[in-house]
Amino acid sequence: MMRRHGALALFLVFVAAAPLLLPAFYVTLFNYIGLAALVALGLVLLTGVAGIVSFGQQAFVGLSAYTTAALAVHAGASPWVGLVAALALTAAAALALGSITLRLSGHYLAIGTIAWSVALYYVFGHLEVLGQYNGLDNVPAVSLAGWKLDTGSESYYLIWLVAVAALLAARNLLDSRVGRAIRALRFRSVMAESFGVDTAALKLLVFLYAGLLAGLSGWLYAHYLRFVSPHAFGVNAGIDYLFMAVIGGASQVWGAVIGASILTVLREWLKDLLPAVFQKSGNYEIVVFGVLMTLLLHRTRDGLVPAFARLLPAGAPRARPPEAPALPRRAQPARGTPLLELRGVHKRFGGLIAVNDMSLAMRSGEILGLIGPNGAGKSTVFNLVTGVLRTDAGEIRFLDERIERSTQRDIARRGVARTFQHVNLVSNMPVIDNVAIGTHLRGGKGSVAAMLRTDRDEERRLLAEAARQLERVGLGEHLHEPAGSLPLGQQRIVEIARALCADPVLLLVDEPAAGLRYGEKQALAALLRKLRDEGMSILLVEHDMEFVMGLVDRLVVMDFGQKLAEGLPAEIQADPVVLEAYLGGIE
Amino acid sequence: MTADIALWLVQDGVTNGAIYALLALALLLVFAVTRVIFVPQGEFITYAALTLGLLQSGQVPGMVYVLVGGGLLAAAFDIAVAVRENAPGRLPRILLVYVAVPVAMAAIAWWAAPRGLDMWAQVLIVIGLVAPLGPILYRVAYQPLANASVLVLFVVSMAVHYALSGLGLVFFGSEGLRSAAFSDARVRLGVLDITAQSVLVVSASVAGMIALWLFFERTLYGKALRATAINRVGARLVGVPTELSGMLSFLLAAFIGALSGVLIAPITTIYYDTGLMIGLKGFVGAILGGMASYPLAAAGAVAVGLLESFSSFWASALKESIVFTLIIPVLLWRSLTSRHPVIEDEEE
Repeated sequence: MMRRHGALALFLVFVAAAPLLLPAFYVTLFNYIGLAALVALGLVLLTGVAGIVSFGQQAFVGLSAYTTAALAVHAGASPWVGLVAALALTAAAALALGSITLRLSGHYLAIGTIAWSVALYYVFGHLEVLGQYNGLDNVPAVSLAGWKLDTGSESYYLIWLVAVAALLAARNLLDSRVGRAIRALRFRSVMAESFGVDTAALKLLVFLYAGLLAGLSGWLYAHYLRFVSPHAFGVNAGIDYLFMAVIGGASQVWGAVIGASILTVLREWLKDLLPAVFQKSGNYEIVVFGVLMTLLLHRTRDGLVPAFARLLPAGAPRARPPEAPALPRRAQPARGTPLLELRGVHKRFGGLIAVNDMSLAMRSGEILGLIGPNGAGKSTVFNLVTGVLRTDAGEIRFLDERIERSTQRDIARRGVARTFQHVNLVSNMPVIDNVAIGTHLRGGKGSVAAMLRTDRDEERRLLAEAARQLERVGLGEHLHEPAGSLPLGQQRIVEIARALCADPVLLLVDEPAAGLRYGEKQALAALLRKLRDEGMSILLVEHDMEFVMGLVDRLVVMDFGQKLAEGLPAEIQADPVVLEAYLGGIE
Repeated sequence: MTADIALWLVQDGVTNGAIYALLALALLLVFAVTRVIFVPQGEFITYAALTLGLLQSGQVPGMVYVLVGGGLLAAAFDIAVAVRENAPGRLPRILLVYVAVPVAMAAIAWWAAPRGLDMWAQVLIVIGLVAPLGPILYRVAYQPLANASVLVLFVVSMAVHYALSGLGLVFFGSEGLRSAAFSDARVRLGVLDITAQSVLVVSASVAGMIALWLFFERTLYGKALRATAINRVGARLVGVPTELSGMLSFLLAAFIGALSGVLIAPITTIYYDTGLMIGLKGFVGAILGGMASYPLAAAGAVAVGLLESFSSFWASALKESIVFTLIIPVLLWRSLTSRHPVIEDEEE
């Protein structure tokens, strides 16, 4: 940790000293890198972390640059007025485009981003008030309390001040309650919803943030170059920004700086070299970019950050998060209260009836086992109770309120937490961060608090809770390992710890014992019993009959989507109908 | 606007729309079979149009270098694999497909260029030069990523577009070219003045679509492609190799691209970087059609052509903006009608 801080300090010292040491040409180059890094940073969050590909960020850069330039040139407005107007317009555009397109699957969105950026490019090029293809010149420099920032190195400090602040804010954001949810957006949005994350709103937030970073870059660009023209905001600019994010390593904030530096320096170099080779002028560098990008993607999707990270000395092992005051817990309903009730529930997928007239009732404080052959509809019942799927008919009541039309988030808020049959962890994220997603609804700090680090008190409590739950399930040794590196059996236990972090009234566990050794199964059974004794109710799907029979209070047996039998474990074991379903009848 | 002008705009729009429709079909085909959003489809068009223009002016088109160079690169990729897997038996096929065919086509073009052949012979040479580029591209850029996600493949497509458009600049130069019309004949039909060129474009497009339909319905390879489009894993299990269907769909796409390029060459001046805009219009058409059905995609593409033609009359300067803005209401409509997906992208 300390050494990483050392690397950061070294970077900051370098950024601060560069204009004093380097010739003007390099200062200009660094200014371009800083401007591009801001846009690429937005794409790192958007594409690398949240999995939303945009080739249209240059449209936001251009919108902002033209807004501030037009206000300054035509109305004599101060750049600071321009900043407010430019960011407001960029934000409005990002919100409008985002809310239209973010629900679509990824490739539509990506094509959409190209389309709107092309449309805007032609608008820039044809509007008279924007100077058509000649653009607008004589844009004023930014003045700060009477001090005019009109040299390269003065602009340098402004650009890099903004860039470093944005980098730190993005890093802080990813390392927070909201950041964990963002990191789950790409592959795990069903899981995130089941712990109360509003994934649609979160995607829009990331899209807005990326748009605002592009807008900031556009504002800086207009007042640094003192000139805007449409050519800087064409399709190729958008491709370049995305390439920067991918080259750097699209999942880490420093990838933005690395990618922007590599592409900007390479372009300057090739722009001198290639026209000399071909004896003609032209943007030949795109051939090299295209080939390099293809080769890079053939080799890795992680960009060059891992290669750079290897240069840094490994940090000391991370410590367990410090103890912090426990989070408030919800009151469990009195033992024996009717908790969950399914009445005549139906669910069909096309021609397949997965759940057919299913009813069951569960009281608080019991462990109810749901068993049945493969394909009997057990996991579908889980998905109906947690709101992942909608019932076709019938009603589901939780604490005497109907929830069959409720969203996953709403059901989570009522105190239902679950594990998934197919392990649903963010595999490159440390175990403790995965588990802390479970605490999402027990915290309330948003993205701005995260960026400014005013969320640290709450964050300490959330992480301490995650560590406590992991220790409770026996994984205290693995807090900082990537979740995907654990054996599958342990990943299932991580899922239980995550569900416990939600402080549920009803815990749904889907095949928790699969892949566990005998001793681990006994420990798991002991844990589930202890949870019940503390007042929690547990609905358990499991195939391991020895595990089930020794643990549950009652059993419900399903077959072909219907309830086959219900009763105490001993009764079920003796039930001829159940035996026939499991072992096949005697013909 | 008078009826004359309206009819003329319709004719113009349908002519361009027919070309976009061919494009939309190729894009849809490639996407369905390989999940590649094939942005560089537009480059096939520019390459074909510029090659035709150069042949007409008696020059050896730079396309021969692109084709032979690309072929050698693809051959090198395959030979490396053959050596690693110790399978020298594959060499003759590799050399035939990636070296002999491109070199032969290049030799023919070289021989034909100064001879001022008949236009139809030139068209055949153009198609022979551009179509083999499809499988070469698939081999070099996409085959190593056959299992990557749609979004990674999309990024690669943009990279390939960059490389091809830059190579276009290297080998064709920055000058625009417009080739001679196939025919200057006109037919007066009431108020409508129909050019033979328009008739040719529309009938070539329709013929191309019918040929594609027959290919998919009647031939084994066509059925193999359809099977892959519906279920890749299933198709592989019954013996349709992923590489074969990828190669085949790219060959068809390149063929369609070459055909579209030849058709558009006399209508518009083509520059090395025109391809992206034309290709994107094909995409807008395919998306208008829902990116799933071939007839709807073709209809969407014709709608794009008509919109473009009418907007160039009303607001010539903003014609491109209008066409590309159209995609936003369509996406809005789709986002309101599509349900939130339950199944998520798998982690790679």
